[in-house]
Amino acid sequence: MSASGQRISDDLLRPLLETTWRFYLLVAVFGLFVLAGAGSFAYQVYWGIGVWGLKWPIFWAFDITNFVFWIGISHAGTLISAILRLVNATWRRPVTRCAEAITAFALMIGAMFPIVHLGRPGLFFWLMPYPSERHIWPNFRSPLVWDFFAISTYLTGSLLFLALPMIPDFALVRDRTTGMRRRIYGALALGWAGTTKQWHRLETAMQIMAIAIIPVAVSVHTIVSFDFSMAPVPMWHSTIFGPYFVAGAIFSGIAALIIAMAALRKFLHLEDYLHPVHFQNLGKLLLLMSLLWTYFVFAERLTVWYGNEPSEIAVFWATQRGAYAPLYWTMVTCNFVIPFSILSLTRLRTITGCVIASCAVVVGMWLERFLIIVPSLSHKYLPYSWSSYRPQTPEIILMVSTFGAMGLLYVLFSKFVPIISIWELKVGEHPKRVAATAQEADEIATLWRAQP
Amino acid sequence: MGHRWGMVVDLDRCTGCGACVTACHAENNIPTVGPDQASRGRAMHWLRIERYWEGEFPDARLSFRPVMCQQCDAAPCEPVCPTYASHHTEEGLNAQVYNRCIGTRYCANACPYNARFFNFFNPGWDKPLHLQFNPDVSVREIGVMEKCTFCVQRIKASEQQVEAENRPMKDGELKPACVQSCIATAMVFGDLNDPDSQVSRLARSPRGEKLLEDVGAKPNVTYLKRQTQA
Repeated sequence: MSASGQRISDDLLRPLLETTWRFYLLVAVFGLFVLAGAGSFAYQVYWGIGVWGLKWPIFWAFDITNFVFWIGISHAGTLISAILRLVNATWRRPVTRCAEAITAFALMIGAMFPIVHLGRPGLFFWLMPYPSERHIWPNFRSPLVWDFFAISTYLTGSLLFLALPMIPDFALVRDRTTGMRRRIYGALALGWAGTTKQWHRLETAMQIMAIAIIPVAVSVHTIVSFDFSMAPVPMWHSTIFGPYFVAGAIFSGIAALIIAMAALRKFLHLEDYLHPVHFQNLGKLLLLMSLLWTYFVFAERLTVWYGNEPSEIAVFWATQRGAYAPLYWTMVTCNFVIPFSILSLTRLRTITGCVIASCAVVVGMWLERFLIIVPSLSHKYLPYSWSSYRPQTPEIILMVSTFGAMGLLYVLFSKFVPIISIWELKVGEHPKRVAATAQEADEIATLWRAQP
Repeated sequence: MGHRWGMVVDLDRCTGCGACVTACHAENNIPTVGPDQASRGRAMHWLRIERYWEGEFPDARLSFRPVMCQQCDAAPCEPVCPTYASHHTEEGLNAQVYNRCIGTRYCANACPYNARFFNFFNPGWDKPLHLQFNPDVSVREIGVMEKCTFCVQRIKASEQQVEAENRPMKDGELKPACVQSCIATAMVFGDLNDPDSQVSRLARSPRGEKLLEDVGAKPNVTYLKRQTQA
């Protein structure tokens, strides 16, 4: 093993082998958030959904906002990782696993909400097709059933996509530890011995997954957008929603990734691996997505305003200058003004700048989901039923606790798994082997071409 | 030919008295949520009287519109339900199977008329209403959606009655609670498949209009436009 390879292993395995007080503190803090969320859910199950601010006719609000928001965040991993792998962008190497982990955890959190928000959560399995003695199937025409299939496919795919490149790293941990740890990581390494055949198979599998996961990711958020666009509700029933939601999802996902990377860099001392250039590049991507998001919002709003259809224009003005205007213009500031002014200037596109812009985007995108859902429901057709929405404590606790859950899962993950893919980093650092024979040159060439 | 149940509401006749709303609550075991919950938007009036003012006092004009489930032919609430709790019956009614409802509330969001109501808490009744339940109507539990059924229990009872007596149903012999209680006979209920029924004749009136017809839900309730100034 080369000297630099040795150093990479040492640095990146340190969080697994040494436990500091910071780890316990973070677990305790995030754990308290999660407990508060669990308590809030128990309270809601005991008393009923009425403890939330939901009312006639606003039957979805924070619950579905959290759902769409977290499913959106989950688009970090797939895009960054899969696309950057496919175009073989070498700077991606230290970034991919952070991103894929966000995908897996954000999906788990997001996928909870369709269950948590039910009036009778214990019966959530009626959404699934399963052989029942009464031969009743779910209604395949319902976007909620599409959601079930889309999200379970995406969760399975992204867990595989996360797990595959962890195998060589688990083997590395196995080889460097003893006792119980060695046995556990040995089992997780699935008998990895680092033979050429195994590398080939891993790389082929990664290639297949990277290609397969992209259409799945796009379809997932399109189907989430169908939850709204399929219903004849003013400003929901829009053909732009599919791409608009996907763009917003990738946008918020990149922001979450930048925040996570900055936190990891700070807490795990990964300054040598997560360079300013990584933040620079992701910052550029974030800027691009900010502009794309703004374009979608502009296209959506302009057509509604120009079309001047009475039911839609009511919702339009409620957001533009009515009760929701403060939230709306905060959203525009967070999603366009702040990221655009920071990220378009090279001088400001530093790590701190990128993190500030990303925090704004996360807030802005949460508001965006809320502003898609609630104003339409509160200004739906007959003015007699127009209403306004005020969140109650239990749902605010639940919303805040999801961020704690993300933190907790992430802290635990980075404790037990090398958060930067060690072998991929080494592949990037190693000079190419010099071939002795023509046959070996061929072999090496194939190996490098297959490199994910 | 089977029945296709429909209703006509004459807005010129409606006085806004609210007897239909009360009758509906009594007939269908609809919970009363109390003033606190009602002010939070949890009131469950399967039938409501929408009140609109036009103009400024003293030239204000007041108009009423009783709104209930429009029993749409192309009901937006039905396809979105993941469990078939909301589904179409052969007689054109939008049925709600309470036991099959898991409370996604998607149907209520999709309904253009906001005709659906959710049991945010376990149902309760102000005393002495708890002594006058209708035994023909099931009480809905917490977490399920409910709405106007066109008094399906009365429809079923009438259909069984005429079948037992082996005769056709007479026009007007079957009335939902709201129609029965309307002092101004502003509401007429009947079979739209019978071209000579009163409801069919009124539905063909040039004054007839559908609520939010542009949405395309094809409702089976026809409103007769106001012609008088109030």
